[in-house]
Amino acid sequence: MTTTIATTDTTDSPAVTAPHSLSWALRDSWNEAMRHLRSLPRSPEVLLFTTLQPIMFVLLFRYVFGGSIKIPGISYNQYLMPGIFAQTVVFGSTFTAIGLAEDMQKGFVDRLRSLPISQPAVLVGRTISDMLRNTITFLVMLAVAFAIGFRFEGGVARGVLATLLLLAFSYAFSWIQALIGLSVKSVEAANSAGFLWMFPMTFVSSAFVSTSKMTPWLRRVADVNPFTVAANAARALYNGRNPGRDVWLALAWAAGIVVVFATASVRRFAHAAD
Amino acid sequence: MPVVEAVGLRKRFGKTEALRGLDLAVERGTVLAVLGPNGAGKTTAVRILTTLLKPDGGHAIVDGLDVTTHPREVRARIGLTGQFAAVDERLTARENLELVGRFFRMTGGRPRQRASELLTDFDLDDAADRVVKGFSGGMRRRLDIAMSLVARPSVLFLDEPTTGLDPRSRLGMWDLIEHLVAQGTTTLLTTQYLEEADRLATGIVVVDHGSVIARGSADELKAQIGGDRVVVTLPVDGDPLHDGAEVAVVAALAPHAVPGAPVTREGRQLTVAVRAGTNTPDVIHDFDAAGVVVQDVSIQRPTLDDVFLSLTGHGAEAS
Repeated sequence: MTTTIATTDTTDSPAVTAPHSLSWALRDSWNEAMRHLRSLPRSPEVLLFTTLQPIMFVLLFRYVFGGSIKIPGISYNQYLMPGIFAQTVVFGSTFTAIGLAEDMQKGFVDRLRSLPISQPAVLVGRTISDMLRNTITFLVMLAVAFAIGFRFEGGVARGVLATLLLLAFSYAFSWIQALIGLSVKSVEAANSAGFLWMFPMTFVSSAFVSTSKMTPWLRRVADVNPFTVAANAARALYNGRNPGRDVWLALAWAAGIVVVFATASVRRFAHAAD
Repeated sequence: MPVVEAVGLRKRFGKTEALRGLDLAVERGTVLAVLGPNGAGKTTAVRILTTLLKPDGGHAIVDGLDVTTHPREVRARIGLTGQFAAVDERLTARENLELVGRFFRMTGGRPRQRASELLTDFDLDDAADRVVKGFSGGMRRRLDIAMSLVARPSVLFLDEPTTGLDPRSRLGMWDLIEHLVAQGTTTLLTTQYLEEADRLATGIVVVDHGSVIARGSADELKAQIGGDRVVVTLPVDGDPLHDGAEVAVVAALAPHAVPGAPVTREGRQLTVAVRAGTNTPDVIHDFDAAGVVVQDVSIQRPTLDDVFLSLTGHGAEAS
């Protein structure tokens, strides 16, 4: 060993003098996001499994239910795909809870919290990287959907807009998942707590069937479900129909969720050791 | 002025009082071992000193900065290696080190350069570009400590650095820590291994139930419980119950014995408290000169385990 390890009377940590600016916070977020993204190509099996499930859903719903479900005025394929896209990206947000719980359990969160970085950057970096991972899943899913006849009937611009809307919506859900991941004690708990409520939320909605045939109370729940709003907005855009106020309503939901849950998560993170 | 100073630290988790007014200080260039059983409050103290946890009472200064009012400034000056190897196992060793460098605001080629230095210093050159997932426990620990030293911190906190390591890796870790200490790294380490504190630390604080019950050097602590003892085993062929043998032994030991110290006898074993520094050849020589025949002579020096037992009335294993 040489003498380079030595700690000295004065630390040479540039962080001692570096200002705490927004640009450093962004840089921290990016470094943290890169920590997760860098490992993606190394575990192709993770990516494979995350894309396999949506592909399975696309094919199962299309070919098993597709024949018997009739939605007036639209082919079921064109109706269904936006719903599956929405469900898949929202399901994808659970990676945030699982990943954070894992970092907590393994002590990495302690390491991050003991570094002179912007603390919210840890959560921003995590949610951003999960959104980028979700984007990859989305692209694979779009390719499969196109292969079985799905089209951007409203044109490419609106198709892209619809896709971005769903990604933004799932990004908001990543913050709910962040709070879950920071609040549970184990990865297993994060997995269950992150996933369980997603099933009623995505099925009691307009994602797979029209809410008009549901019993009145269920229909009322489904109609106010933000997931219905997002699925309807995306569906209208993909199919070139008028989304009405659904696009803005979906974005408002997303913004509201981010504000509430990002605030709560950042607070929770600051007390992660308690 | 001490690099680390904690005064009257208190912390409560629900009904458990983890810390009840803990005081400690680490002088620059020294190693303080915080020694105590599981649940004594060692980790809680480290977490407060490293800004991870806010104390309910008392205050702590690290490198002249209050940990509760200037957490970010404190974080820029410390290195922490917690109980679990906090490495990202999906990344390579080099990537882990570079990441920490960037988080410490190093720019340009500096993170890479520093990572290379540390990889060499910590004997990880061969594994530098391998994903950490395949590393052994000892390698992970080394990388973990290297990550804590990226920015050459003013003080290094090691929370139970050898817990969970196999004996060989533990010895390796001790060598490593001794090396860091030799270079002047100010260190606070917690341990439940008495041997570890004895070997690595300049000063020791013994913690039990959230407060310090003793402090001093290893030798000072040992002196508190009465120093060295000679244990003599009487020969089998002699009459073990014959007082003559015992009297002869005690008489021969007189030059070494602590005046007035009691002699305890258990079967064929006699234990006599002797002055510090008494050695076996001297005792054997005196036995020979007096014509006393014994089967075995040994000198027992107290371990920190004895210290713990005498201070708390229970062993160091459970609090």
